[in-house]
Amino acid sequence: MGERVGLEVSLAVSEAVKLARAEAVAAYPITPQTHIVEELAQMVADGDLDAEFVMVESEHSAMSACCGTSAVGARTFTATASQGLALMHEVLFIASGLRLPIVMAVANRALSAPLSIWGDQSDVMAERDCGWIQIFVETGQEAFDQTVCAFRIAEDPRVLTPMIVNIDGFTLSHVVEPLELESQEAIDGFLPPFSAQVVLDPDRPVTIGPVGFPELYTEIKKQQNEALLASHQVIVEVWKEWADSFGREYRPVESYRAEDAEVLINLAGAVAGTARVAVDEMREEGRKVGLVRTRLWRPYPFADMREAVGSAKAVAVVDRALSFGGPGGPMASELRGALYPLASPPVVAGFVAGLGGRDITVGDFRAMVDETEKIVSEGYTHEYRMHGVRE
Amino acid sequence: MADGPTWKEYPMAATISEPGSATGQNTGDWRSERPVRNPEKCDKCGICWIYCPDAALFMDEEGFYEVDLYHCKGCGICARECGKDAIEMIEEGE
Amino acid sequence: MAEKTQSAEFIPRLLPPWELLAEGHRGCQGCGEALALRQILKAAGPDTIVCSATGCMEIITSPYPETAWRIPWIHVAFENAAAVASGVEAGIKILQKHGRYREGKVNIIAIGGDGGTADIGLQALSGALERRHDFTYVCTDNEAYMNTGIQRSSATPFGASTTPSPAGKESIGQRTEKKDLPMIVAAHNLPYLATACPSYPLDLMNKTRRALSTEGPTYLHVLSPCPTGWRHPIDMAVEMGRLAVESGVFPLYEIIDGKLRLNVEMNKRRPVAEYLKPQGRFRHLGPEQIEEIQRFVNEYYDRLIYRSQCDAEAPPTPHEE
Repeated sequence: MGERVGLEVSLAVSEAVKLARAEAVAAYPITPQTHIVEELAQMVADGDLDAEFVMVESEHSAMSACCGTSAVGARTFTATASQGLALMHEVLFIASGLRLPIVMAVANRALSAPLSIWGDQSDVMAERDCGWIQIFVETGQEAFDQTVCAFRIAEDPRVLTPMIVNIDGFTLSHVVEPLELESQEAIDGFLPPFSAQVVLDPDRPVTIGPVGFPELYTEIKKQQNEALLASHQVIVEVWKEWADSFGREYRPVESYRAEDAEVLINLAGAVAGTARVAVDEMREEGRKVGLVRTRLWRPYPFADMREAVGSAKAVAVVDRALSFGGPGGPMASELRGALYPLASPPVVAGFVAGLGGRDITVGDFRAMVDETEKIVSEGYTHEYRMHGVRE
Repeated sequence: MADGPTWKEYPMAATISEPGSATGQNTGDWRSERPVRNPEKCDKCGICWIYCPDAALFMDEEGFYEVDLYHCKGCGICARECGKDAIEMIEEGE
Repeated sequence: MAEKTQSAEFIPRLLPPWELLAEGHRGCQGCGEALALRQILKAAGPDTIVCSATGCMEIITSPYPETAWRIPWIHVAFENAAAVASGVEAGIKILQKHGRYREGKVNIIAIGGDGGTADIGLQALSGALERRHDFTYVCTDNEAYMNTGIQRSSATPFGASTTPSPAGKESIGQRTEKKDLPMIVAAHNLPYLATACPSYPLDLMNKTRRALSTEGPTYLHVLSPCPTGWRHPIDMAVEMGRLAVESGVFPLYEIIDGKLRLNVEMNKRRPVAEYLKPQGRFRHLGPEQIEEIQRFVNEYYDRLIYRSQCDAEAPPTPHEE
């Protein structure tokens, strides 16, 4: 049993990084990621974490420096949000292309303009194709657990792919929650030191990041994608082992009161808590409503989603990001793609809500479920709708 | 693109583990002129060697610098810089 | 100054025999930048890691499966060689502390061209210098984006014709003076900084050794003549470097703990016209413009002499005491 504490979720992530014995942290401050990184700096300053802490001059350099620390074989962590993640964009693709198992917490926040420091998931959705493993967490406990697991997953020789742990900015990152911190001994037993296979070392000179001509570029991308796809199995294994060790179970997709549901809500992140309250209310009223929370976002859990959605008539997908001029929200379009091969797939009703820190209330979920039922009963075409917008 | 290694056969991320594998590359066929050393004028000073951008000169047993024609691109810096005018560029094929 | 390097001062058997930049690289015929790298790596030796910025040297040395590097090498992107090197340095430091990396000094060199250093990489460079990472940044300056087809950078000199700053009826080519990058770098108060040129191999190699053996961030600014972009004959890269130095266009100096020392103080310099003339990029310039360039060069050189004299009379730095 771990130690039961009340802790701000950002600090729980920092604790996880410390217990994971990260050796290098390169980061740049951005709201709402700052508490994670400040705490790590303090841990290093106090001698509680024996790591190199490099406060760089931009997120671009943060991710670049992380490539350097990881390429010599150091366990590497960083954290960012919003504009910072956008500034990293170029290097994110290179980190995954070079197969450097960096772990990054993203305290999800809206993108400018207009400037918004408040939460949504636009930042990471703009990076969904960057080749990183990506998960969304709901609680502080999950943030702690998944940050430790992320190192195991990313550094697994079958994977060697960097990993993002998404933590909703403010609504999760800055909330104090009760959680169990595991002991150093227990984490050491779960997570061995990073043993890189190919590193920059004068005793065995390698050329990392060569020019790839058309005759091999496709093969190298295939190789990278296969590793990302294969990570699904490793993720499930690691989570199983985590459950065996610490008693907390995680699956790529979490279902809540979904068994016989006719309408399911699908979303990612901390707003699931509110969604569960809405589901409970509607269930008490006799409505067959459930929740499917996406934890694993990349690799996309196609089979898990198909199974979770089961025989529902419709899924109301609540995206906290807008794909401008496209199919609404990325989670809705992904789910449509996943369900398309089914003989009679459920209706996927897309809703874009909770942008730039706007709350999604129980009433909002009820309204979206109402509308989804109407779409099913009246059979009209619904691409997506921005929910809660003043017309 | 039918020939060539499959995606499984490439090293991860196309990392190259053979240092200096470029040495297998024949850059000598870029040349239109080749350096020819006159042993009578050469005083083995090595100026040609240190100024070669292609590391295409090597010391022989007698201490003379010989041209590695597999790699020499024929730029002629060695001939121009030789203080003894001991290197002449002659056209390939002559 | 001697017109050509004299055999008397040069004993090749005393120089490192290793070729850490392998023959067979795809550099253009007569490439001054590849020559600079070859000499730098000779001095650096095998216990060295290089982090390259995107650019000519990155492209010509790493087309899979042929690498010219006989030392560990990484390329991440264009603007971040200094940031990657920061990470490599920090990573090795902590791994060595934990006994998880080979013991002993590993030289860390970041290399960028003038575009990758003076333009797009300037922020990352400044950050890495300010953070005091123990590494050496080498800017191989060929005064334009040669890899992409001779586009002007902020290091392109006044009057040079490049593809986006072409000479024409209404244009003399590049309209502004070359950014004084070494002095921008010097403003970070490095322990060691030097300008160098592969036309002076012993000087370049000695400066490389000094930079690498100095603790903290150090910087080498290496003029690298480019026959392709400068449009001079392919056998003239070494001579162009020599003309640049002897005309005062590219003065060789070191700044050690803040004190500038001109390596050779030339009161009599060659006219800049001798440097400009063999280069196609300056061919369109008329006597007035050449005169203007001569005036820039004289003024700048005089300022350097003045500064070196002042610095020589300044109180000794801790290392000198």
